[in-house]
Amino acid sequence: MSDLLDALAIGVKSGLGFQAIFFALLAIGINVHFGYTGLLNFGQIAFAMLGGFGIAISVSQWGLPFWVGVVVGVAAAIVLALLLGLPTLRLRADYLAIVTIATAEGLRLLFRSVSATPVTNGTRGLSSFNQSFIALAPWSTQRRYDLLGTSWSGGELWVALVGWTLVALASLLVFLLMRSPWGRVLKAIREDEDAVRALGKNVYSYKMQALVLGAVFGAFGGMVYAVGTGSAIPDQYQNANTFLAYAALILGGAARVLGPVVGSIILLFILQFADTFLRALISNGTIPEALLSSTDVAQIRFVLVGIGLMLLLIFRPQGIFGDRREVMLDAR
Amino acid sequence: MPADQNTGSHAASGTGGGHSAPPARLAQKALADLPWEVGVAKPDPAMVVDKVTRTFGGLTAVSVDHLEIQRGGITGLIGPNGAGKTTLFNLLTGFDQPNTGTWTFDGRSLGRLSPHQVARLGVVRTFQLTKALSRLTVLQNMLLGAQGQTGESFLKALIPGTWRAEEKANTEKAMDLLRRFKLDAKKDDFAGILSGGQRKLLEMARALMSDPKVVMLDEPMAGVNPALTQSLLGHVKDLREEGMTVVFVEHDMDVVRDISDWVVVMAAGKVIAEGPPESISQNKAVVDAYLGAHHDAPLTNEEEDRVLAEAEAAIAREEGVPPGGGTPETISSEKDGKR
Repeated sequence: MSDLLDALAIGVKSGLGFQAIFFALLAIGINVHFGYTGLLNFGQIAFAMLGGFGIAISVSQWGLPFWVGVVVGVAAAIVLALLLGLPTLRLRADYLAIVTIATAEGLRLLFRSVSATPVTNGTRGLSSFNQSFIALAPWSTQRRYDLLGTSWSGGELWVALVGWTLVALASLLVFLLMRSPWGRVLKAIREDEDAVRALGKNVYSYKMQALVLGAVFGAFGGMVYAVGTGSAIPDQYQNANTFLAYAALILGGAARVLGPVVGSIILLFILQFADTFLRALISNGTIPEALLSSTDVAQIRFVLVGIGLMLLLIFRPQGIFGDRREVMLDAR
Repeated sequence: MPADQNTGSHAASGTGGGHSAPPARLAQKALADLPWEVGVAKPDPAMVVDKVTRTFGGLTAVSVDHLEIQRGGITGLIGPNGAGKTTLFNLLTGFDQPNTGTWTFDGRSLGRLSPHQVARLGVVRTFQLTKALSRLTVLQNMLLGAQGQTGESFLKALIPGTWRAEEKANTEKAMDLLRRFKLDAKKDDFAGILSGGQRKLLEMARALMSDPKVVMLDEPMAGVNPALTQSLLGHVKDLREEGMTVVFVEHDMDVVRDISDWVVVMAAGKVIAEGPPESISQNKAVVDAYLGAHHDAPLTNEEEDRVLAEAEAAIAREEGVPPGGGTPETISSEKDGKR
């Protein structure tokens, strides 16, 4: 019983920690792209990597202040979004998907390459760039705090606080935009571009705005991740994260303001809870070693998430917040 | 509603107007004395097309030498399948660009303009395959049609105060239109659950939200039941009463005869005839295009045999096999296939 409570507490900590914030911000960006505008961005992690490395390179390599690093990261993400959008947004949706997935993989390989070592420090990455940010915490970062049955360091708490504030601001921005006529145009583009063109809207410009907006959210996600781990390593930014963020978005409900946020919390909770609880059950012998060894747990938890997603798509295809009527329209 | 100053224009007579007062049909009068020939100049053209061609590979989809469309009238565009009607629509509204040629609207060249720029000038279109925006409500579909909205710019969208009043006015206008098209009870339903005919109505109503000068309807009656056709026809006639220029593609000749002031017939990419609706059924080129040049010559048995023999002889010559011996080749190829 205490194993279960422990696992729950650790799961909750993970669902509220910086990784959940990272996925929430990625998924909010994907929600703007895919959920509202219908853009298939399969390389959201590239924007996150530019955000994270924007800070890391600015601070540890160029010796600039932390806040300049934030601006550099956002600017880099905007430039990448424009570069990706310019040639592809006039074409069919698949071209953006191809270009983004290739860019995400290509940029990571570039950042970890030997020739990039002078700037990104290659596969070893950069660290010690977040002290000035952690020092801003209004409480002591030297000691640990007990919260919901788990222990948090002062720094972790500070990153989580700032991170969730960012998530709240991003959600508010999405909420304001999507109830405005601007958001109405985006949703209409998702349904049928040509109809929107015939009504006198510059579809290309709206798609570009949506791409840039989502990219900026992604960049902030990458920054939270870099600051949370205290290091920026190219291989942290595997494109699998993009698809986990998609999973979080679909879990929560696409084209809903809080869908990506709640989806990320639940996704991280399930991953961590399954991990801790299975390990506890194996170590106290409830699950025999022959059936499942503790080394398999890391993989098994993703299998569980996969099964969960399948059940969700069968019984609740609209996600947690979605509108079933709306989703079933496509099935007609 | 910006009323046009010239002939054929008729100030907006409020919602649903035109049923009580007898229709003026000024365009019909203006066009009455014109000769029935291709490329004839109209008294007051809204759109002028000159030497527009569009080829897809070796196929010339559209090759229109000269065509004028009378302002304030209903122009029907007819022709057999593949005649290039929809391609011409796409060219005129910027959805496709021609290989050569110029076309103007109100004296303004529309060449190289993108679809949204054409729409902003007041030329809106509907689509052959109806494009209702399924996961938007009927009212949202309508509001999308309004032009020049402040709230559609990114920064102003964040400050509701800048667009609230405008949105309210647009909503009232949308509700007026929806009442006229009898869709007001559906305003909060997703457009995706509407029937095919209701989608046609919605698409037309949405186009009207932009206060267009020219409305281009691509097969507005296709797939609509006869009862709804009558109401759609009424709406199209109302557009003319309000001074709009209507161009529409249609296959149903009864509909074309009923509402058009002028009919343009296309076949194989070319305009082959134009004139008032009553002139069209007598036109030899039109009848030939629809039914084939020999449709009225009786085909006797002897003649049929002769044609068949000629065809067989031609095939035999090409294959170098005597007539009647065409089968061995197919058999041998079958054997080859089995080996």
